[in-house]
Amino acid sequence: MVTAAEILSVAAFDEGRRAQAFPSFGSERTGAPVVSFCRIDDREIRTREPVMEPDAVIIQDVTLIHQVDLFSGLSKDGYVLVNTSRAFDELGFGDFFDKFRPERLMTCPATEFALEHVGRPLPNAALLGGFAALTGQITMEAIDKAVRERFAGLVGERNVAAAAAAFSYVTSKEEELTRASTN
Amino acid sequence: MLRQIEGSRAVAETVALCRPEVVCAYPISPQTHIIEAVGVMVKAGELAPCEFINVESEFAAMSVAIGASATGARAYTATSSQGLLFMMEAVHNAAGLGLPIVMTLANRAIGAPINIWNDHSDAMAVRDAGWIQLFAESNQEAADLHVQAFRLAEELSVPVMVCMDGFILTHAVEGVDILDQSFVDSFLPPYEPRQVLDTNDPVSIGAMVGPEAFEEVKYLAHLRQLDALVRIPAIAKEFADATGRDSGGLVRSYRTEDADILIVALGSVLGTIKDAVDIRREAGERVGVVGITSFRPFPAEAVREALCQARQVVVVEKAFSIGFGGVLSTDVAMAMQGVETNLRTVVAGLGGRSITRRSLEELIETAGRDELETLTFLDLDHGAVERERARMGETRRSGPSAENLLRDRGTAATAPVKEQA
Repeated sequence: MVTAAEILSVAAFDEGRRAQAFPSFGSERTGAPVVSFCRIDDREIRTREPVMEPDAVIIQDVTLIHQVDLFSGLSKDGYVLVNTSRAFDELGFGDFFDKFRPERLMTCPATEFALEHVGRPLPNAALLGGFAALTGQITMEAIDKAVRERFAGLVGERNVAAAAAAFSYVTSKEEELTRASTN
Repeated sequence: MLRQIEGSRAVAETVALCRPEVVCAYPISPQTHIIEAVGVMVKAGELAPCEFINVESEFAAMSVAIGASATGARAYTATSSQGLLFMMEAVHNAAGLGLPIVMTLANRAIGAPINIWNDHSDAMAVRDAGWIQLFAESNQEAADLHVQAFRLAEELSVPVMVCMDGFILTHAVEGVDILDQSFVDSFLPPYEPRQVLDTNDPVSIGAMVGPEAFEEVKYLAHLRQLDALVRIPAIAKEFADATGRDSGGLVRSYRTEDADILIVALGSVLGTIKDAVDIRREAGERVGVVGITSFRPFPAEAVREALCQARQVVVVEKAFSIGFGGVLSTDVAMAMQGVETNLRTVVAGLGGRSITRRSLEELIETAGRDELETLTFLDLDHGAVERERARMGETRRSGPSAENLLRDRGTAATAPVKEQA
């Protein structure tokens, strides 16, 4: 998760924007919930507070969604991307997201893409591909470049493949949603 | 070249550009990434000639740095928190002997209770040790300050500590323009020691000095720090002229023109304060910020000049003197002698508690209504404190307060202490 935020910040930087990535510290032991933050802006980023009002929340571990307060500060226009093979309305949120924009609530089987392309259950790159498709805040090309900067050679190649698969997956699901809403 | 990198990495690469000849350190969070990265560069031969010495403790780290520096080598180390306390005796010795060691202090709270997160209690614990202490506001400044620190240290024969907020800066990934080797080489000439252990020209360093000269030796150290008050801005200006970057110096003001309220702080929290000030300015409040880069030597004159027009001065500090109040505030108060002003201390961000823009905005509003108390603890959970005080009143064997407060917050997994008769 820490790596994902860092790669996202590098991708934004490569696109000429200002970016700041930082982990929530201390609890980084296996099994403990970990939060990492990334800010992207066109102006200098001076603040050092944690992200209090996120525009987007990426959830890597779906088992946390009912244990930790993940959506505090998220506005009704916010984006949510959950790593799961289930559909968003199967996640048991009840009416919590009723006032949110449905095309901004998305699931993506990022771990499955990682297993398929990387061979290990490391969904970071795939989630970033999905995030690029969902929000349009970053291009797939920038994610591609940043992932390769972080992971050399074959590992980079495979992570990029996982990211690209998630990008296509989310893009086609978005198109489905658009078709459904226009029909 | 401008790169998106971790703060620790930016500092490590900049330290390498300064061509240290001896690097010795002992790992401690949140400093570790810096020294790991320097270690990798030494091992890869990218930094030659340089010896990286693994030591068995922080006390050894500073002792080795002292020995290396005394032989004329450029010496560097880094630490945090308890690590700094463990090297304390040697920290005083480095300054007392006038050895220009540069050390990064990745600021972290001091226990107990044990806490790995950021505040300034470690830096404040050594403020009287005789080191120059410079505080970085951003990772760019943290990197730049190291080049200035070696220059300053070696010119004046005084050790310099570059303080950067642990985790908040050391672990943040952001854009940092890393200097060129050719620039650093021209800015930082080879170290020419004032005293050196040389077998061809033997001297002894570290004489026992009795009442006949001790005060004079210490006073000379004070004078060297006063010299630093002149050299710090001069070196920062030379740096700014060459790089276009306003890094270092004594104090920096932001939107202080016509300000009624001025907030004073050290380190990375200045960024969040500036954002809060912009918002309160839009609401019509006349508020500004004065950041102190050089905490030791304390630039009393520059501080007074920057603050004298304000009706109210609010010092936001990440440390405090238990049983009294502000540490930085005390220095500011001394600097403001003879100037009519209301001085307020706000203790904030202890042990890594987030200092949020919203809390700072509220603080400015409260100050604007003249309702800020002399000493405030930002975002303190008074209810939790009162409940623990009540438990202590109810029973003698109330148990350890740290554990009790964690249980009160619902974050401790342990069972409650059995009621004792």
